[in-house]
Amino acid sequence: MPRPRVYRTEAVVLRQQDYGEADRILTLLTPGGKRTVLARGIRRPTSRRAGHLGLFHRAEVMLAQGRQLDIVTQAESLDAHEGLWHDLLRFTYASYAAELVDLFLPEEEENPAVYDLLTLALEAFASEDDLRLWARYFELSLLQLAGFHPEFFQCVNCGATIEPGPNRFDVTQGGLLCPRCGPEVAGARTVSLGTQKVLRYLASHDREAIAQLGIRDATHREMEELLHAFLQYTLERELKSTAFLRRLRSELSMYEKGRGA
Amino acid sequence: MTAMPKAVGRLIDGLSRLPGIGPKTASRLTYYLLRAGQGEAEALAEAMLSLHQETVLCSVCCNISEADPCAVCGDQQRSQETICVVEEPLDVVAIENTGSYKGVYHVLHGHISPMERIGPDELRIQQLVKRLERGSVTEVIVATNPTLEGDATAIYLARLVQPLGIRVTRLALGLPRGGDLEYADRMTLAEAIAGRRQI
Repeated sequence: MPRPRVYRTEAVVLRQQDYGEADRILTLLTPGGKRTVLARGIRRPTSRRAGHLGLFHRAEVMLAQGRQLDIVTQAESLDAHEGLWHDLLRFTYASYAAELVDLFLPEEEENPAVYDLLTLALEAFASEDDLRLWARYFELSLLQLAGFHPEFFQCVNCGATIEPGPNRFDVTQGGLLCPRCGPEVAGARTVSLGTQKVLRYLASHDREAIAQLGIRDATHREMEELLHAFLQYTLERELKSTAFLRRLRSELSMYEKGRGA
Repeated sequence: MTAMPKAVGRLIDGLSRLPGIGPKTASRLTYYLLRAGQGEAEALAEAMLSLHQETVLCSVCCNISEADPCAVCGDQQRSQETICVVEEPLDVVAIENTGSYKGVYHVLHGHISPMERIGPDELRIQQLVKRLERGSVTEVIVATNPTLEGDATAIYLARLVQPLGIRVTRLALGLPRGGDLEYADRMTLAEAIAGRRQI
């Protein structure tokens, strides 16, 4: 259905790029999909929209159809995610989430569930303590919504029900392999029991249940390594913010121990 | 088969590679230069050529200047105890235009942006630390943009500089002159209230 000439929507600012004298091109995620829009004069200090359309802000925006890009005519911030503004690590996790959404979601493809997931993730990264846990929850949920969800309940090779045991994970087939199939697949990696258990839990429970989880550092590391390898294989590229996150964490490890580092 | 002369096409192609200029604007600019005559085109070409020939990066503050050290770093009248850290060379121009700052500068040439893979190593942060280790600086004013990335850069710098025993300050945040309270966002208004001053 064609969009009206002027329309109102909720949106999260995923990316921004300076343009012209004082304008900015914004990549917005809306429940109706990803949109690239033009925010005129937003870099001027007196701009009425500047404070409402910062990076990762959730805002109510009014857009007018333009010749090439839609134009932002009004904006009202709903959540600036203030927690991200004072913490480099939280900001980096939010950047990671935005980069993943930007890569997985094609322009203008309607997906309100991805929008809800990103808003939830930004809220979590701005306020929750265990940032790694929310990053894993976000990755798994996004993979599911994008149709790439890794299989943790049935062997991806023979279809047998996965039982707790020496199962392996195969990045290319996207899931766990039972102890019979695992050793026969080259490159399949062993996964500890604890990590298998947490991954299954994350894939099958909601936010409230996950918020109660306490996860050991070794499990966190194994889960992150496994999911990053799977994401890299699926997207066929290394994510920019993951490399940055690794570097930042090694620098901050003495300050941030126990949180997301 | 195009009716466009090769020279015209080449300039349109070159101009449209500039940020913020699309093929349509590039075509308009090219045809303007054709109409304006050879003199104007030559003056512009000369200005573009001298851009790289007549500028250097100041080895002290990393700003773009005509000489090394730049006019600001070489000015003995300016206080060497205060360094104002900015993202881009144009920010130095903006602060200089106020006429109210008498210290020196340091230009980072960007801000931290994980999505663009710009981290501390891609910015001129090591050069800043080396300057600070020489010992005469007492205050670093972080004048990065009041954006999420600007704030992230400021936090990173503060963490790096404070252990050296140097005071780190951030430019005041709040309402712009000529602005309208009604349209101010919550965060800006809260910062303006927190940073209020006695009249």
